Amino acid sequence: MMTKSAQRLTLFLLLAPAILWLGLLIVLPHVEILVLSFSERVAPRVYAFGFGNYLEFFTEPLYWRTFARTAGMSILVTALTLVLAFPIALYIARVAQGRLKAMLLLLCLLPFWVSELVRTLGWMMILRETGVLSYVLQATGLTAERVEFLYNDGAVILGLVYGGLLFMIVPLANALESLEPAVVEAGFDLGGSRWTVLRRIVIPHAMPGIVAGSIIVFMLTVGNFATPVLLGGKNGLWFTEQIYAQFITRFNWPQGAAFGMLLLLLSSAIVWLGLRLTGQSLGTTLKQA
Amino acid sequence: MLTKRASLKLATALAALMVVGTAQAAEKLRLLTWADYVPKDVMEQFTKETGIEVEVTLSNNEEMISKLRATQGAGFDLVQPSQDRIAGPQAEFGIYKPLDLSKIKSDLFIASMLEATKKNTTVEGKVYGVPHIWGTDGLIVNTKAAPKVADYNDLCDAALAGKTSFRAKRPALIAFAFANGMDPFASYKDPKAYAAMMDKVGAKLAECKKTVKFFWDGKDQLLNALRSGEVVAAMAWDTGGWKLNSENADIKFIAPKSGALGWVDTFAIPAKGRNDDAAYKWINFNMKPEIAAKVAASAGNFTASNGADKLMQGKLKDQFAESFPKAAIDNIKWYPAVPAGIEEIEGKVLDRLKAGS
Amino acid sequence: MAHSTDLDLVNVIKRFGSHAAVNDVSFSVAPGEFFSILGPSGCGKTTLMRMIAGFEHPTSGDIRIRGQSMIGVPANKRPVNMVFQSLALFPMMSVGENVAYGLTCRGVSRAEAEERANRMLERVGLKDFGERRVTALSGGQRQRVAIARCLVLEPTLVLLDEPLGALDLKLREHMKIELKQLQSTFNTTFAYITHDQSEALVMSDRIAVMNQGRFEQVGSPRELYHNPATPFVASFVGETNKWQGEASAASNGSVSVRLPSGTVLQGQGKEANKTSLAFVRPEAIALAQDASALGALANRFEGRVSAVLFDGANSSLLIDTVGFEQPVRAVLPQAGPLAGIEVGAPVHLGWTADAMKVFAA
Repeated sequence: MMTKSAQRLTLFLLLAPAILWLGLLIVLPHVEILVLSFSERVAPRVYAFGFGNYLEFFTEPLYWRTFARTAGMSILVTALTLVLAFPIALYIARVAQGRLKAMLLLLCLLPFWVSELVRTLGWMMILRETGVLSYVLQATGLTAERVEFLYNDGAVILGLVYGGLLFMIVPLANALESLEPAVVEAGFDLGGSRWTVLRRIVIPHAMPGIVAGSIIVFMLTVGNFATPVLLGGKNGLWFTEQIYAQFITRFNWPQGAAFGMLLLLLSSAIVWLGLRLTGQSLGTTLKQA
Repeated sequence: MLTKRASLKLATALAALMVVGTAQAAEKLRLLTWADYVPKDVMEQFTKETGIEVEVTLSNNEEMISKLRATQGAGFDLVQPSQDRIAGPQAEFGIYKPLDLSKIKSDLFIASMLEATKKNTTVEGKVYGVPHIWGTDGLIVNTKAAPKVADYNDLCDAALAGKTSFRAKRPALIAFAFANGMDPFASYKDPKAYAAMMDKVGAKLAECKKTVKFFWDGKDQLLNALRSGEVVAAMAWDTGGWKLNSENADIKFIAPKSGALGWVDTFAIPAKGRNDDAAYKWINFNMKPEIAAKVAASAGNFTASNGADKLMQGKLKDQFAESFPKAAIDNIKWYPAVPAGIEEIEGKVLDRLKAGS
Repeated sequence: MAHSTDLDLVNVIKRFGSHAAVNDVSFSVAPGEFFSILGPSGCGKTTLMRMIAGFEHPTSGDIRIRGQSMIGVPANKRPVNMVFQSLALFPMMSVGENVAYGLTCRGVSRAEAEERANRMLERVGLKDFGERRVTALSGGQRQRVAIARCLVLEPTLVLLDEPLGALDLKLREHMKIELKQLQSTFNTTFAYITHDQSEALVMSDRIAVMNQGRFEQVGSPRELYHNPATPFVASFVGETNKWQGEASAASNGSVSVRLPSGTVLQGQGKEANKTSLAFVRPEAIALAQDASALGALANRFEGRVSAVLFDGANSSLLIDTVGFEQPVRAVLPQAGPLAGIEVGAPVHLGWTADAMKVFAA
């Protein structure tokens, strides 16, 4: 009996950090946000239970349009990231060997040694009207005037794709690495062209990696704040800015909480839909990530 | 088992030691304020005189209120929101405690400013703020590139397309309301009328957005754009304008025709502040003319300290004189206290402005 | 035009840096032939096969299929298909899709490809397996899918890269026979590489023994076994006894070899007055309880059984023999007075001079 309870205690102590981490840092804040999102202001310092904050999202076109725009652009960013990351991951997984492979992965990792803010400011210095790109174009005579590349959706997409690239490359390279070289050779040997082998063998094999990378990039992008704020134009409001505005400048916490919950639910729904459409299960995807 | 118990005891002892350790550290004043309001030498002098260390956190109006709201007024011992942003949040969230005016040396303040601030920050008969630094919102203009800019509406001039900027925050709404012949302050008490007015202002700003390069967010972002010539006219704080004027005489701070917006940053004590004595000491210390002059120079603004203006450097005075002829001073629109609920109306207009295309 | 050979390699050399993995190899394979390349791992046989398939390119020399040079022809355009060592079935496709894959690559319509794949599966004994996942198949079934996937394309030549290596012994024995039968049913030319001499001997019409990038000998299994051309072939193909000694010439191909112990052996060989190797197959060694029964043999010795290695029909004896440093290996007769011989029993042994091949070391 003694040893049994001692074992149980040991198990509990070993699990304690994980349980605390999950409970205090993930579950508890979400529960609190959820509760908060159902309170409505009646008078100063008086709140009542209600669904008004959620109704506000659906009845005020401003909010759901902002969300739709954010989700749409995030999907575009995810697709662009995938298209860019695939050849890089393919090269890292199938061609590069030993030191070169490590170097390439390190190169992908390098931008993440500085904070997201610094990376974004770096882009600002390149893209702004008096920035590097504009200067180079002028110096080479390609344009006569200074050109502004910043403060538009293109700049936001560029910054987000750049930030998401690593999170796409790693699961993709992982998935592609496990593809037996002989299977690819067999694809060629039996008469497949490069495109056939890519479409019928390499991509289906990498599918769990593609899905894992896409989920990560989509979620990171939808929830990003600094990049759209700094690179975005006067027209582009990211949904997270809407949440920030509710919490910070409007002091309307319940509304911000409701938006936060909606972001979580709607982006999860999009991921679920994506999984259904590609016929992948979350289980195999998580294994890959 | 024994060793386990022993190690537990050791851990408890260590934890206890740590608690004692913090308690024994020097007395501390946790100050939540704006950039440049606490020059290093002023802070050092205060510590030397009182033995109190000052821990500074930089912020802005919205974040100050949000931070205090999150903790119900804990975490800081002294904060410096603008005078118009005290009464509303106090009524709504109860994040401040009333000031004990007997502990504040009122003769250190410019009397009229102290009275006005007290009046604006009074909730249910209790005073929550005293003035510290004041300044204005107006136009920073590169007079060579944009010689015609004289009022807020000129930021929407198609000739300046892609070269103007303002902050997508409430001062822009107020400013453009005045510039288009409305008086937003008069409608503060009537939410319906105010909402209608803000919708009109919002439409005007949406129109104006075509000429705007970006809605500026950080002061340095705007000043850099003005320096490089990417932006030639912007609605901004006077202090930034004078700073640029010192570097480039073409760039000037202009009091707009429809009136500069006057703001006053205050001292207020959070509801759960732990060191009120230190807070009052800091207020009285800061309002001494020689200290106030140093702070004003650092911030590039003016102080509510009585007599400090005589000690200020000539440059800023000259710049002020150039920007503010007598009539312009009289035309300054001072913010009255913002009633609760007004921010909600403004927020939606601003959200639409930023989200729409 | 029908061509008399399906595959010709002409002076093919493949270098990786300064190392020649394949060093000046030439051979031809006739239509319908089962041709094996046998050699230890690292001998260059895989490189040779990959050059034929089109995954590697020869440094010099020519590879021709039905007379057509394959130099510069990519793998997916060659009338050659390969069964990989790992089989390399497509795990993301069903059995039927695996077999139909090559057809669809050629532009055959989906329906027809499926139809032809199903017919092929039926021929290899996998009727109604089309819908299954390849991961749900047994080792032997996977093997058949891999071969069906090639045969459905009716290639000139099927390359097989040790496809039996991963199977367990029993299945491997079974698949040897099955492969041979498949090959004769379809009458397709097979080029098979292996390091397992028994696989090569059982299935092949001809075998090339490869060592260090070169062909040591090309011939029928019988030729290789009974008349090895080099000491490498003699020791690599089949079981054998091997001794080293000094050879001295006698008349018409006879050689006598003096072992370090002073014992002199009589054998066949061309080399003389050199350090040489002498090889005798265990089954060529005659055993008797009585010395007189071996009277006619050129080499006769006396020994004592040190071990009985019982393995059914392949059983053998190790005999400690006077004059030999290591025990001599001889096949244990399955009948007769010696069938029940025990360890420690004295025995007489001997072999003819013809049975002993002598090569320069």
